[in-house]
Amino acid sequence: MGVIHVTDREGQRHTLEAIEGWRVMEIIRDWGLPIEGLCGGACECATCHVFVDEGWLSKLYPATEEEEDQLDTVMTRANSRLSCQILWTPDLDGLELTLAPTGS
Amino acid sequence: MTDKIETDVVIIGAGPVGLFAVFELGLLDIKCHLIDILPKVGGQCAELYPEKPIYDIPGFPMVTGQGLVDNLMAQIEPFHPSFHLNEMVESLEAIGTPEAPLFRVKTSENGTTFICKAVIIAAGGGSFQPKKPPIENIEAYEGTGVFYAVRRMEMFRDKRVLIVGGGDSALDWTVSLQPIAKRLTLLHRRDAFRAAPHTVEKMRSLVASGDMDLHLGQITHLTGDAPVLEGAVIRQDDGSTFKVDCDVILPFFGLTMKLGPIADWGLNLHENLIPVDTEKFETNVPGIFAIGDINTYPGKLKLILSGFHEGALAAQKVHRYVYPEKKLLFQYTTSSTSLQKKLGVAA
Repeated sequence: MGVIHVTDREGQRHTLEAIEGWRVMEIIRDWGLPIEGLCGGACECATCHVFVDEGWLSKLYPATEEEEDQLDTVMTRANSRLSCQILWTPDLDGLELTLAPTGS
Repeated sequence: MTDKIETDVVIIGAGPVGLFAVFELGLLDIKCHLIDILPKVGGQCAELYPEKPIYDIPGFPMVTGQGLVDNLMAQIEPFHPSFHLNEMVESLEAIGTPEAPLFRVKTSENGTTFICKAVIIAAGGGSFQPKKPPIENIEAYEGTGVFYAVRRMEMFRDKRVLIVGGGDSALDWTVSLQPIAKRLTLLHRRDAFRAAPHTVEKMRSLVASGDMDLHLGQITHLTGDAPVLEGAVIRQDDGSTFKVDCDVILPFFGLTMKLGPIADWGLNLHENLIPVDTEKFETNVPGIFAIGDINTYPGKLKLILSGFHEGALAAQKVHRYVYPEKKLLFQYTTSSTSLQKKLGVAA
């Protein structure tokens, strides 16, 4: 077991218990934070867009071409990732990320 | 001019669940019209993941999103449902009584009016809408300087146009509007495009010949006294910023789903979902049903197969509204000659 830290769009930081093998999007959603995950984790909607703290970026598998294509549909920063494409493992204990803004 | 259509049932949403409801209603001699905001049938299956394999449709070890939609269309063909695509249901009014419900359904685009005895909402996550980029104050320019779709190309003649995005819509409109725009600029976050290769090539050659501009980066903010747009400030990967002067911006960031007008129809809602009972999948308004991802009840699973089941049960209750005097006989397609006749397969 371990945790992830998620800062919501109001700037509040939440520490969420993580489950190995779950996608980070699923962990965030399961704890009731506002993440849409419209397509259910199929890498088809980019509504689970997050900013990963710089220090953690190198510990993640790089984004696939498919994920990059979806990131084209949101306003990205250098540390943008889709949280449905990050499988949580104990290596990611303490992962720090921020929910990206969504349009109206 | 407004059309008025009288029918048994209006189904809102032509995704897999709405399509299969046509089948279950058809077996009970109930006619229906389907309305969908997308220009094609299939809902999320066709729009979000047409090529993705689905593994949990009973009887199909694997079927793609589009494959499932194609099969459903073949399955409901005998019932000749009418489709009203590119239309969004704007209003839904109950004009009957709880015992004999009657509804007036109006769509926005060309204002079709339907009078029907039951409504089945199979709208999934809501209606597909263009994804709006989270740029501060962008709403203030919508309709004057910011457009999420091109309705009439002529609107952009002799304008300085900034198109944002890297997919088919962005690239198609880039090459279509470049000849009539005063100056066309394409902005994308990286130098890779997921659009049709020949369109990307065409864009690249226009850039090479100096007939349009391509920039890599992201809009940080818009300039100009709203609602008059004057330009956009763009941040590049290295953190530097520059300004592009433009009269209009067309962001093409794909589609997302919003509940939309459903919230205004007097239905109980729970976290943007419509609570229903699990016997008839009827809402708090008699005669209005909700099936598929849009409904909620204890134990709900958002699976396509659940939506199929819900449609079958809802159809039973719809039958009582459409044919109040008729007793409903439960039959199997394997053995019932009358069902087989409806399907056009009777020997």
